[in-house]
Amino acid sequence: MRAILLGLTEDADLPLVKVRLARLTAQSGNFKPMPQLKKSFHIKGRDFIRAGEASINVQNLLKSMDFDPRLIRRVAICGYESEMNVVMHGGDGTLSIEVDNDKLILEITDDGPGIEDIELAMQAGYSTANDDHREMGFGAGMGLPNMKKNSDQIQVESPPNDGTVVRMIFFIPDKGKSD
Amino acid sequence: MLVKDLVERFELEVAGGQNGLDREVTEGYCGDLLSEVMGNAPAGCVWMTVQGHQNIVAVAVLREMAAIVVSGGQNPDAETIQKADKEGIPILKWPDSSFRLAGQLFSAGVGIPEAG
Repeated sequence: MRAILLGLTEDADLPLVKVRLARLTAQSGNFKPMPQLKKSFHIKGRDFIRAGEASINVQNLLKSMDFDPRLIRRVAICGYESEMNVVMHGGDGTLSIEVDNDKLILEITDDGPGIEDIELAMQAGYSTANDDHREMGFGAGMGLPNMKKNSDQIQVESPPNDGTVVRMIFFIPDKGKSD
Repeated sequence: MLVKDLVERFELEVAGGQNGLDREVTEGYCGDLLSEVMGNAPAGCVWMTVQGHQNIVAVAVLREMAAIVVSGGQNPDAETIQKADKEGIPILKWPDSSFRLAGQLFSAGVGIPEAG
């Protein structure tokens, strides 16, 4: 069991059935918590045709691991909002999901211009979307507030002209697993 | 009620995502601001919106909706239909307002919790 668990941390592409097994094993308390799976998906800036695909990939991954649908929905909302922020404002970026023993970590990084005033951006209704974005139904100023509402912890780092990192944590409820 | 039952009953035009017509409809939702819909729409809903661009499909997939109705006589983009086919989310067209269809759906029992 230990070998499988250690192996998984080195190669995130092993079959999910082993991930499940390792997750159960790790939950038995015999091992120190460690990341069991980490997957990253590319987000292409200004590509509205592919926008959302990274979040859909994360959703499918979590579904295949039998997480609680309510937890998956919260992660999906946060993934989509952050993905759209990158598509609209951030240039190219990466969305990654890390599955830990007791939590999921969703991290979005981009190489865009950054957020000038994070506190302001966290306020509902504030938006820097342009007219084209608004025409498509974006720019309601609900992105970051939605992410804050649906995650257990959120951390936003955006040094001037050095891109943005948004990290969100979702604790896995004890009864949140159907396996 | 299944999506195909809605299509028949309200004479909706199926513009895409035919492979998802057997999805079950349990709720309804109206909205044109994607973040608002993303944050609040219930799973299994039929979503009425005037937006026809491709991003509506991702919202529907992520919220696990039953179908999208593009209302107000608006037309879904070709990319929207392609994406809907790929994801199996039916895109239906309705010539009148979202309000009119929502009223009829509600009268038909969509979104009303079953007694007991």
